[in-house]
Amino acid sequence: MKPKEELAELARRIRVHAVKMANRAGSCHVGSSLSMAEILSVLYGGVMNVDPTHPEAPNRDRFVLSKGHACGALYSVLAESGFFPLEWLESFFQNGGRLPGHATAKGIPGIEVSTGSLGHGLPIAVGMALTAKRDQQPYRVFCVLSDGECDEGSNWEAAMFAPHHQLDNLVAIIDYNKIQSLGHVDEVLPLEPFTDKWQAFGWQVVEVDGHSIDQLTTTLQAVPTTQGKPTCVIAHTVKGKGVDFMEDQLLWHYRTPRGEEYTAALEQLGEVA
Amino acid sequence: MRTTFIDTLTDLAYADPRITLVTGDLGFGVVQKFAERFPDQFVNAGVAEQNMTGLATGMALAGRIVFTYSIANFPTLRPLEQIRNDAAYHNANVIVVAVGGGMSYGAFGMTHHATEDIAILRSLPQMTVLAPGDPAETTAATRKVGEGIGPVYLRLGRAGEPTVHTGPIDWHLGKALVTREGTDGTIISTGAMLHTAVAAANQLAETAGIELRVLSMHTIKPLDSDAIVAAAEETGAVITLEEHSILGGLGGAVAEVLLEAGVPGVAFKRIGLPSQYITEVGNQDYLRKVHGLDVDSVARTTLQTLEKTNRAARHAA
Repeated sequence: MKPKEELAELARRIRVHAVKMANRAGSCHVGSSLSMAEILSVLYGGVMNVDPTHPEAPNRDRFVLSKGHACGALYSVLAESGFFPLEWLESFFQNGGRLPGHATAKGIPGIEVSTGSLGHGLPIAVGMALTAKRDQQPYRVFCVLSDGECDEGSNWEAAMFAPHHQLDNLVAIIDYNKIQSLGHVDEVLPLEPFTDKWQAFGWQVVEVDGHSIDQLTTTLQAVPTTQGKPTCVIAHTVKGKGVDFMEDQLLWHYRTPRGEEYTAALEQLGEVA
Repeated sequence: MRTTFIDTLTDLAYADPRITLVTGDLGFGVVQKFAERFPDQFVNAGVAEQNMTGLATGMALAGRIVFTYSIANFPTLRPLEQIRNDAAYHNANVIVVAVGGGMSYGAFGMTHHATEDIAILRSLPQMTVLAPGDPAETTAATRKVGEGIGPVYLRLGRAGEPTVHTGPIDWHLGKALVTREGTDGTIISTGAMLHTAVAAANQLAETAGIELRVLSMHTIKPLDSDAIVAAAEETGAVITLEEHSILGGLGGAVAEVLLEAGVPGVAFKRIGLPSQYITEVGNQDYLRKVHGLDVDSVARTTLQTLEKTNRAARHAA
């Protein structure tokens, strides 16, 4: 595990890349990337057994980004971790580039699963975890979901399935930033009592501050948290975290940082434009 | 067909621990033995086809060759996006098996009829689409896809389909099987309509002295264009036969090939279901008859089509 300071720096760099990529591309979903920067930095900073020089090693831990629209953060952490060159980030969303606006596994080392349509990641992660169990392989599967995508029924099909098969090698991490596409989660389709729901489905649930490197490290390193049970980490986060005018603002699900906003965002993230 | 399928799958599972059957809680009396023999190669996903297809993809990405199994539209149209985004886009070894293609579930009604599945699934990139014509073809097709050839849709009948091929068959993926030889026209059949196609051809031989070629087009994708063009050139008339909507299925696929090939003077007719929901109540045979898919109707429609060709005119003369 990297020291805490390095994990914080990795999270900062993820945010800087995400903002720069959105600016260059004229794209959106910055807020969704910023809210999960610490989750990714802790996972790739030491929790997960992955090796950028052997991205397809059979016993690697698997990572599935179900909220594929936040791929800016994923591409960034992979590039920072050495899976592919940082320069690739410059082609994000660009004509002829490698990296589309939703996570793709096509030719991108380190990405296991292509996602974008919501509610797909957890069932796939479940299949991987089940196979690891059946084949007596040691790897674990980490799946990051958005809160909004918990509207999708497919997630709850998977949520029923995983505890029945005692998939304690499976971790669902929910980036609970409280904002979905057209409004606050509580206004659109409330998830609460969220912890109770996952518990009722048979999951071991841990609530954490999703921006606390300490809490994330302690929780994710402890997986499997309970023998025979999958773990659901409900990570309370802030959409747009790290840039004050983006924080908890629906607008930054869509808006491209440009001009003074762009400069200000980078400045707040400790970067010169 | 489903018994043949599960027997073949059982053989495969013995030989290859990657072979895995995932059911959407269906297959009573069919899948239990498999489940008992191969507990690590069997999953009942419950009545949850989206998760079934997603988890099958996850298992395939983790090294398994996974058959998802349910009836009619449940494993296909219900989780269509999981087939598209998960199985097909990742080129995963997921074989979507539907029992009850067409109107096999007859009187159970429209919800249990699979009549647009071929059109929809053949439009997905990477997908291989198979509809074997009889139990012997089912065995051959199952063995082939069990090798792990990427995403597949395997459309089966239900139970009790007659055996058409009584001897050994030279079955190859993507190659039509010449099931009956003839030069006066060709019926191209897919799936369990094969028996009807052969019976209609035999009837026309007896009653009108017309000798039809019958092709079992068990592989709809990739389609055997060579066999289609050869049939058109050599026999002058092509009639497609499918227990499926005439929109976009076998007939549509063959029409695409024929028109682009530009074979002159070919008579062409699609026999299939009209693009409307079936409201009549009855078993498969009854519904086939109502919609012109029984032997007599197929023979009649075929004869009407042949009458349009110069060749048939010559024959009559």
